[in-house]
Amino acid sequence: MIHTQRWIVWLFVGPAVFLILFFLTYPTLMTIVRSFYGKGTQIFGSTATLVGLSNWKFVFTNPTMLAALRNNALWTIVFTICTVTCGLLLAVLLDRVRYEKVVKSIIFIPAAISMVGAAVIWKFVYAYRPVDLPQIGVVNALMVACGKEPVGWLIERPWINNLALIVVGIWIWTGFCMVIFSAAYKSIPEDIIEAARTDGANEWQIFGKITLPLMTPTIAVVTTTMIVQVLKIFDIVFVMTHGAYDTEVIASRMYKEMFSFYNYGRASAIAVVLLFLIAPVMIFNIRRFTRQEEKCA
Amino acid sequence: MSFKCLMVRFPIHLILLSLTAAWLVPTLGLFVTSFRSPQDIFGSGWWTVFANLFDLDQFTFTNYMQVIAKEGLGRSFFNSLSISVPATLLSTFMAAMAAFGFAWMRFAGRKILFLLLIGLMVVPLQMTFIPILPIYRWLGLSGTFPGIWLAHAGYGLPLSTYLLYTSISRVPPDLLDSAAIDGASPMRIFCSIVIPISFPALASVFIFQFLWIWNDFLVALIYLGAAPKVAPVTLTVANLVTNRGQNWELLTAAAFVSMALPLLVFLSLQRHFVRGVIAGAMKG
Repeated sequence: MIHTQRWIVWLFVGPAVFLILFFLTYPTLMTIVRSFYGKGTQIFGSTATLVGLSNWKFVFTNPTMLAALRNNALWTIVFTICTVTCGLLLAVLLDRVRYEKVVKSIIFIPAAISMVGAAVIWKFVYAYRPVDLPQIGVVNALMVACGKEPVGWLIERPWINNLALIVVGIWIWTGFCMVIFSAAYKSIPEDIIEAARTDGANEWQIFGKITLPLMTPTIAVVTTTMIVQVLKIFDIVFVMTHGAYDTEVIASRMYKEMFSFYNYGRASAIAVVLLFLIAPVMIFNIRRFTRQEEKCA
Repeated sequence: MSFKCLMVRFPIHLILLSLTAAWLVPTLGLFVTSFRSPQDIFGSGWWTVFANLFDLDQFTFTNYMQVIAKEGLGRSFFNSLSISVPATLLSTFMAAMAAFGFAWMRFAGRKILFLLLIGLMVVPLQMTFIPILPIYRWLGLSGTFPGIWLAHAGYGLPLSTYLLYTSISRVPPDLLDSAAIDGASPMRIFCSIVIPISFPALASVFIFQFLWIWNDFLVALIYLGAAPKVAPVTLTVANLVTNRGQNWELLTAAAFVSMALPLLVFLSLQRHFVRGVIAGAMKG
């Protein structure tokens, strides 16, 4: 422990604490308050009047908002299940082959690039042209090669286009899940698995009765991380469809309320919805940390 | 290898190779297309180049020259650098200072501030834009580099501080104590003991912050706007998608320019990079 004057302590922690209070704590509280005030871009100016719960009513009754909430739910379920399952599958299968490293790098690369870049990549993959012209997008070229009509993947509402966008998210995040699962999988002691094998367990039993239970804590962490990421999904939707054709999500809806309709009241209420959805994770993190500290002390 | 073994192994290889192909093909398509002329792009699928790959006349650098010079992507590349490098340095340095303070000093409010920091790690940034934006306009910070440096530093601090705290709090206490007994000031201890010892952690945090800021779209969209003088690559590429949606020769080249640096970092610093990306995923 270092004992020193108080001003030196604050020299170290002061700048960070100030920025965190200014950029995160103060605005979080203020946004909650602002969600009870009306339209306009003032925070508490003359045009922002107290409107009670009407922004909240808007959030949970307006058809576009309901579509956004539905899409976010779809994103959360499909994206989380697919990234976690694919990541786990890859981690376990790759451990058994010699070209593990190369494949891992390839699957992980999308995590390095921006979602805007990924959006351009996939917009081209989904490119649509009428059936009499040569197809330039891979997916529709495959469709035509199989004797089917090309599909407007980003236009067919409400399932095809939303799922097409979710695929982009899965492409970006599976590598992340794979890398974490792979590290956890390799840390399982070899002799446990060998012992089970000698006792006559087959590979499926080993996976279900040994591997999976031992990896449960890791799966929990990865799953919550994916949920936090997917709830705030914005870039992919904003760049690829701008929320058109029923592809709006919570974050893109909030952006529009802010910058297209200048309604900070509604935008605030939408943001608070995101906060509520993520709040359990915040509490979970805090509790996990307090428990860790108690263990160390 | 026996026949039975082969039969068991075959599905595994098939699954892995098809997944690899599915992951590789989209990026490959972008890369190939960025070197083709607009006529070729619309005349035939990009995969047809593999029919006669060594006919180099079918490839061109024109698209890159055009996006870099005429579409302002060259400028944006330097904007992105001018945003990410100072912002990353600022936030990593402040986070290291704070982590040292939280780990090795005792002060009023230490515990509650640290719990606040942990809670704020995953706060959706959407919660913060509305109250900050008027203040930024009033201070003249919106649309400026210092404004976005501070914003990125603030948003990155909870996670960076937490990550550095976990490694800095593991520095052997004896080392710090003996330095203190020798009369070294806290600043001295921080610079000549703590920083060198926790260098690997600092490198990971630096890489994750750098990539996060380089790849950021939302924060730049809110605080900077798309004025060519300040817009980073992500904003410029997104604008191209809006304004030149069918000019695939430009979009693909532009997207590739925006991805070049992260890919370079990935290929050269893979180990740190993986740790950095994993760390960054926890961010709100």
